[in-house]
Amino acid sequence: MPPKPLDYGSINENVKKSQYAVRGELYLRASELQKEGKKIIFTNVGNPHALGQKPLSFPRQVVALCQAPFLLDDPNVGLLFPADAIARAKHYLSLTSGGLGAYSDSRGLPGVRKEVAEFILRRDGYPTDPELIYLTDGASKGVMQILNTIIRGQDDGILPVPQYPLYSATIALLGGTLVPYYLEETANWGLDVNELRQSVEQARFKGITVKAMVIINPGNPTGQCLSEANLREVLQFCYQENLALLGDEVYQTNIYQDERPFISSRKVLMDLGPPISKEVQLISFHSVSKGYYGECGQRGGYFEMTNIPPETVDEIYKVASISLSPNVPAQIFMGVMLHPPQPGDISYDKFVRESTGILESLRRRARLMTDGFNSCRNVVCNFTEGAMYSFPQIRLPPRALEAAKQAAKVPDVFYCLKLLEATGISTVPGSGFGQREGVFHLRTTILPDEEDMPAIMDSFKKFNDEFMEQYEDNRGYSRL
Amino acid sequence: MRKSAADRFRHLFNRSLILLRHRHHHHPFPSSSSLSPFSRSRFFSSTPFSMASDSPFPVTAQNINPKVLKCEYAVRGEVVTLAQNLQKDLQANPGSHPFDESLGQQPITFFREVLALCDHPAILDKSETQGLFSTDAIQRAWQIVDQIPGRATGAYSHSQGVKGLRDTIAAGIEERDGFPANPDDIFMTDGASPAVHNMMQLLIRSENDGILCPIPQYPLYSASIDLHGGFLVPYYLDEATGWGLEIPELKKQLEAAKSKGINVRALVVINPGNPTGQVLGEENQRDIVEFCKQEGLVLLADEVYQENVYVPEKKFHSFKKVSRSMGYGENDITLVSFQSVSKGYHGECGKRGGYMEVTGFSAEVREQIYKVASVNLCSNISGQILASLVMSPPKVGDESYESFNAEKENILESLARRAKTLEDAFNKLEGVTCNKAEGAMYLFPQIRLSQKAIKAAGDANTAPDNFYCKRLLNATGVVVVPGSGFGQVPGTWHFRCTILPPEEKIPAIVTRLTEFHEKFMDEFRD
Repeated sequence: MPPKPLDYGSINENVKKSQYAVRGELYLRASELQKEGKKIIFTNVGNPHALGQKPLSFPRQVVALCQAPFLLDDPNVGLLFPADAIARAKHYLSLTSGGLGAYSDSRGLPGVRKEVAEFILRRDGYPTDPELIYLTDGASKGVMQILNTIIRGQDDGILPVPQYPLYSATIALLGGTLVPYYLEETANWGLDVNELRQSVEQARFKGITVKAMVIINPGNPTGQCLSEANLREVLQFCYQENLALLGDEVYQTNIYQDERPFISSRKVLMDLGPPISKEVQLISFHSVSKGYYGECGQRGGYFEMTNIPPETVDEIYKVASISLSPNVPAQIFMGVMLHPPQPGDISYDKFVRESTGILESLRRRARLMTDGFNSCRNVVCNFTEGAMYSFPQIRLPPRALEAAKQAAKVPDVFYCLKLLEATGISTVPGSGFGQREGVFHLRTTILPDEEDMPAIMDSFKKFNDEFMEQYEDNRGYSRL
Repeated sequence: MRKSAADRFRHLFNRSLILLRHRHHHHPFPSSSSLSPFSRSRFFSSTPFSMASDSPFPVTAQNINPKVLKCEYAVRGEVVTLAQNLQKDLQANPGSHPFDESLGQQPITFFREVLALCDHPAILDKSETQGLFSTDAIQRAWQIVDQIPGRATGAYSHSQGVKGLRDTIAAGIEERDGFPANPDDIFMTDGASPAVHNMMQLLIRSENDGILCPIPQYPLYSASIDLHGGFLVPYYLDEATGWGLEIPELKKQLEAAKSKGINVRALVVINPGNPTGQVLGEENQRDIVEFCKQEGLVLLADEVYQENVYVPEKKFHSFKKVSRSMGYGENDITLVSFQSVSKGYHGECGKRGGYMEVTGFSAEVREQIYKVASVNLCSNISGQILASLVMSPPKVGDESYESFNAEKENILESLARRAKTLEDAFNKLEGVTCNKAEGAMYLFPQIRLSQKAIKAAGDANTAPDNFYCKRLLNATGVVVVPGSGFGQVPGTWHFRCTILPPEEKIPAIVTRLTEFHEKFMDEFRD
């Protein structure tokens, strides 16, 4: 009986090679346990609303009105919706040709893209062309489109930071080669250009053409915020080494310290002036899923292209057009997010209350969690400067490593599964993101409700300290 | 070097353009290529197959993924880009052209009520809400929101889609077909198109893996096959018999491909057809199922137009129903069925809602499909909700049923009338024959062009059908897509026109079209 096309042995090998730990083994096990009735705390994905964060009122009001425009004709609509939301809904409907149900331009509604460009100008002080801004169903789709354009085959290397596994998974799916480089944990996950240079040289020595570099700023899972100097170094490095730069900036409004506010890669590039500002090929990504919006389920994002030749832009447009258009409601979310209520608007006060409430709480939780982890035995945790995650290092004793081997599990997976079974806390093992040999981490989010945090950290501490008790025997620990 | 699917495709169907290929060293088939406002000419000197020496920049048109370069998508190609520019013109200078434009179908009220409430669940328990929304819409919104963990419509869902919504869809499939459906077989996606891409990615390992596609076909399939580096194996629908799908033709093409060393993995069937509009007869469908079973092919059933059937003598039957009614189950046939919220009577294209129901494959492969879906986390929630509404609309007895049904019938009857009106109008034109649109949303008339017209097209460096379509657009504002974007028998010319313009605008459109056509025929009379 000949193998059938969808038999396991017959499918695309790249699909099999690709891994995405964020919804991998730990998540599946957690889901099983949840079905069995165990209470699970899902800290595996940056999914704020799933952990009780409320949506902001204003954008939801605007989109609801756009969904049901007949409401706008109802004399009672003002009882449920404030006047500025009504006005904004009418504005966005006017930007569509046929309302939310019509395919938009494959690049997104021109009116919204113009608003994105205006936002970028306000943020950075440099004008940008709306024609070079493409809205996508989430930033992830944009990343996949761009990587698909860059990667020709096995010889094309990409340089992701210890990284959100969207990048490694997509590179594998496309049959490219991942060129790793390590951030420096002891220097607060700092980015060292010499380290970068070494990685690129090693890859080239192996015959790999390194095409592009990815930075995630603020970082995921590591949470560090790059300094302006660091960003300049990275851009100059890309210029010297002829790499395109993918700037994943979806966490740009999740900043929990004041020493290093967010500065966009594009601004730094433009500040550097010619020739570099006209030559480095930069693609910047943003999303409605993070920040204080947390609207993951809407699937709204965009990418902005700088210094990409017109013929390449044409090709990117062509591929975008095959999927016809990004979803229209999320485009409106993007417009509203980048153009929030202003002082004097009816909804302004509520908007400020809601958004600062969320950001201040995130800042507190970042601190709570970092301190909580640092108070645990054999756990060392860098401060979460930005984004939504904590990435503590767990120093596993040799006997724990042996036990993991016996159980045929990678050590951090072993630890995380035990953590899950004991406490219901569902994390993602560090091996899903990449880490140095012999060093183990887990990634959790800082998103559980502030009220629940102390109990969660206590639960973790109890588990961890018992685990260490069980497996320690003073012979020494796994570490750098 | 083996040619790309798209190149081979074009070569088969546009032999008369060989002339063009010798005249220019440009990309040979400009008719189905996309021309954008940005580039002066898309036809720069390197062909898709050459890797030009690396330029100073890491990412250039010469060194990007050649599969991206190869793929084509005429539906948003040259003519449409031209149309968008004209539209911009019109906005800047109203009256600068002898026409204006918009299609204007109204959304289904009940669906939008539920979606609005799910978008802003904070108002669900307010008393004022009852004054603005129908009771059953509020009830349905509550029901849906309760199925979403934490009532968080803004959270990423399960990567296959919210479980409760999949349950609803499975129940809807069961009610439609009379055979059970498993919610775990459903993968919800941002429109049906990403689901098609996922399957192509899974099935295509190399350029030796082939997928049987109907000609004419919706160019998502050819583009996706190209993007994934596979091989398109064409099978011709028979225009003379209303675009019939003949098993002998399938067999012939399959054998021809095999003899060239192609592993043919799947058969794509679009039912109702796009651009051709035919609805398959049940017996025909049984033959197709049998064929796939015998040849070990995955059946990819694009059924997005399942609610668009305009003739009383035909009915939509899903391939799932047909296979099950033949006694074929999970172990007998591998079937992937695609559905979307973009078509039907709801037409919610901009929402990007859809799903694929995958049956008849192993647990290990299901894991792989799930894994790939999880990299994108999930499809947009609003689209998921809409898909569940489409598969489970108001029933007799529900408060909204009467108005819902009236809206639905109104739209479908209007579509049927428009299909007939336009079909008749095309058949009256000199040199034009048009098959009936039994379903879907398109007409695909054949137009016999004179030698003079063909030569003029050649002089303008464009395919004859593209030439006609551009002229049509400039004169009348009517945007159609040239047949070469879908594939056609070599030496024949078609264009795809939708049946969607508002009914009251159709007489004017027909008049403009007829005037243009008569002038064109006169201008290019041999």
